[in-house]
Amino acid sequence: MENESGALSRVVGLFSARGYNIESLSVAPTDDDSLSRLTLVTRGSEQIVEQILKQLNKLIEVVKVTDLSDFKHIEREMMLIKLEVRQADSVATIKQIADVFRAKVIDLSHKTFTIEVSGKGEKLDAFIEAMSEQNILEVVRSGCIGIARGNIALKA
Amino acid sequence: MELSGAKIFVESLKAEGVDTIFGYPGGAVLFLYDELDKAAGELNHILVRHEQGAVHAAEGYAKSTNKVGVAIVTSGPGATNAVTGIADAYMDSVPLVVFTGQVPRALIGNDAFQEVDIIGITRPCVKHNFLVKNIEDLAATIKKAFYIAGSGRPGPVLIDIPKDITDGKEKIAFDYPDTVDIRSYNPNVKGNPRQIRLAATALLESKTPILYTGGGVILSDGAEQLTELARLLNFPVTNTLMGLGGYPATDPLFVGMLGMHGTYEANMAMHKSDLVVAIGSRFDDRVTGNIEKFCPNAKIIHVDIDPASISKNVKVDIPIVGDVKQVLTDLLVELKQRDEKPDEEALAEWWRQINEWRKTDCLKYEQGEDVITAQYVIDKYWQLTNGEAYVCSDVGQHQMWAAQYYKFDEPLRWINSGGLGTMGFGLPAAMGVQLAHPDAEVACITGDGSIQMCIQELATCTQYQLPINIISLNNGYLGMVRQWQEFFYQKRYSMSYMDSLPDFVKLAEAYGHVGLQIKDPADVEGALKQAIDDKKRLYFLDFITNPEENVYPMIPAGAGQNEMILV
Repeated sequence: MENESGALSRVVGLFSARGYNIESLSVAPTDDDSLSRLTLVTRGSEQIVEQILKQLNKLIEVVKVTDLSDFKHIEREMMLIKLEVRQADSVATIKQIADVFRAKVIDLSHKTFTIEVSGKGEKLDAFIEAMSEQNILEVVRSGCIGIARGNIALKA
Repeated sequence: MELSGAKIFVESLKAEGVDTIFGYPGGAVLFLYDELDKAAGELNHILVRHEQGAVHAAEGYAKSTNKVGVAIVTSGPGATNAVTGIADAYMDSVPLVVFTGQVPRALIGNDAFQEVDIIGITRPCVKHNFLVKNIEDLAATIKKAFYIAGSGRPGPVLIDIPKDITDGKEKIAFDYPDTVDIRSYNPNVKGNPRQIRLAATALLESKTPILYTGGGVILSDGAEQLTELARLLNFPVTNTLMGLGGYPATDPLFVGMLGMHGTYEANMAMHKSDLVVAIGSRFDDRVTGNIEKFCPNAKIIHVDIDPASISKNVKVDIPIVGDVKQVLTDLLVELKQRDEKPDEEALAEWWRQINEWRKTDCLKYEQGEDVITAQYVIDKYWQLTNGEAYVCSDVGQHQMWAAQYYKFDEPLRWINSGGLGTMGFGLPAAMGVQLAHPDAEVACITGDGSIQMCIQELATCTQYQLPINIISLNNGYLGMVRQWQEFFYQKRYSMSYMDSLPDFVKLAEAYGHVGLQIKDPADVEGALKQAIDDKKRLYFLDFITNPEENVYPMIPAGAGQNEMILV
């Protein structure tokens, strides 16, 4: 969509006005300064999703819309998770689990561990599940972003 | 030549060919009004008495001409007063550009005096809105706004102008753009040829078809093409409330309005059809009744310029996205090329069935000697004006009777609030219509409830000497509410009785108009004639009508189109 103030508001407003749910949302400028890319995850029947696409296309600032689930695509989400270091050996345990998930330790104090994990939403869910025996202090997840595989590209 | 923001505003409007603008001044728009004063004669400003009136008047102007209506209001309460009118235009797809004043840029977001976030407030009920942040953007923004308002599916566009942009401290060269290019907005006007061919085949193969036509026919100026199509194929035609006048109502192919208060034959024909051809209509809930029961055996063709309207409520078999006039023109070419006709025997049988349904005479009414029936007043008015008046309506029972009994043969004559159903719309809209058509007979059909909502506009009518005829069907109730309370709430008339009605005759006279109260059915014709013949003065006709009259037919909530209450 056009990289203008109000554009994001309009998209979000559309969803709330029509009663569609936004599960996650991520927006940032693209390589073209005048355009921003918004990735949004929503759920609904085929008819509802079709309506959502049509309503989004009606918005003046929206340049192009695609439904990534129509193609083979890649999804990524990032998570920052802060854990409490309770005992000396939990450091090793946490580090081992993080390695298995190819996650990075980005902060360490004698009380806390902060880890950065990225991947599909399911991988992040699994990571939290794997850490469930530790004391999770804080979880921050970004919205999901996606891109189609192969030649298909979303361009203005 | 370098111009101030206010001068750019005026020059841009002139470049767009605007000659009339409706509005109400205030602090944030003082500089704009200063320039408007200097432009009087070329660009005429009509002063209303409430900002809601300004927007409704602009709507009346637009609805009766298909031009873009223009209104200007100040910031804060001026802007919020305009919201109802803007939402009304949004629901009925009326091309409108509304200018709102805004506090100076440095004060935005500071809870300043008369500041509201009108962009945020109107976002869900405009086609688009703009906040002008630099004087350099002003002309281009106005050009874009007019383009967006009048193209594709028309709609209201709001432009919020901070006061300091207009104050003349900054001046720039004025260059009104010739063209406008919005990469993300490109309405599809021409229908897909393959879809049109499929539609032509379906039309020729159908046995019990019906043309279900709506406001889109009027907005795209497609009445002529529709008339040609219907007559070529000999198909029955029905109109939605918004489509009245899109097909001549006195023509034998016309089976009446359909929907909640539509005719028996129109609703039955829809229900029993095998092909529903929706042209510029949107399968609104007032038309479909219970959607599960809607048109069970019909294939559906849908011609609409808005792709989001297609398959929104009802699954469509042959969608055609495009401008109605364009698509019908192409469809006619295709049909004439094929030189085939639909099954004549099947059609003859279909018409036999339709004429059988017509015998129900669902709109029959009785005018006795004691009390005036509203239907009689409308019927008489139609006769006396030869069906050629511009009829503006408020909302309620009177609106339904006006739609049922005034037979419109031409588009752009029936001016009402359909989608939002705004009481108070009638009088200001009539003002807009009269100003757009100074010599025409313009009526405002209203009720004792609706007329009180924007009654202050009687002063505007005096100031600009607008000889509108207000036909008030006074039954002492909020009629439509009372009807629902009678049918579904065991006659508990909660707050639907109009207590403390003013003496409308005295009220009209207080504003300098002619007021008449009519109680005797024998006086109805004379009063209407007097009002029609007097082209100089506004007549307020207060008809005292039967208090507990109901609008029939009616499709109650949850019922299918064939489950009408007839009497």
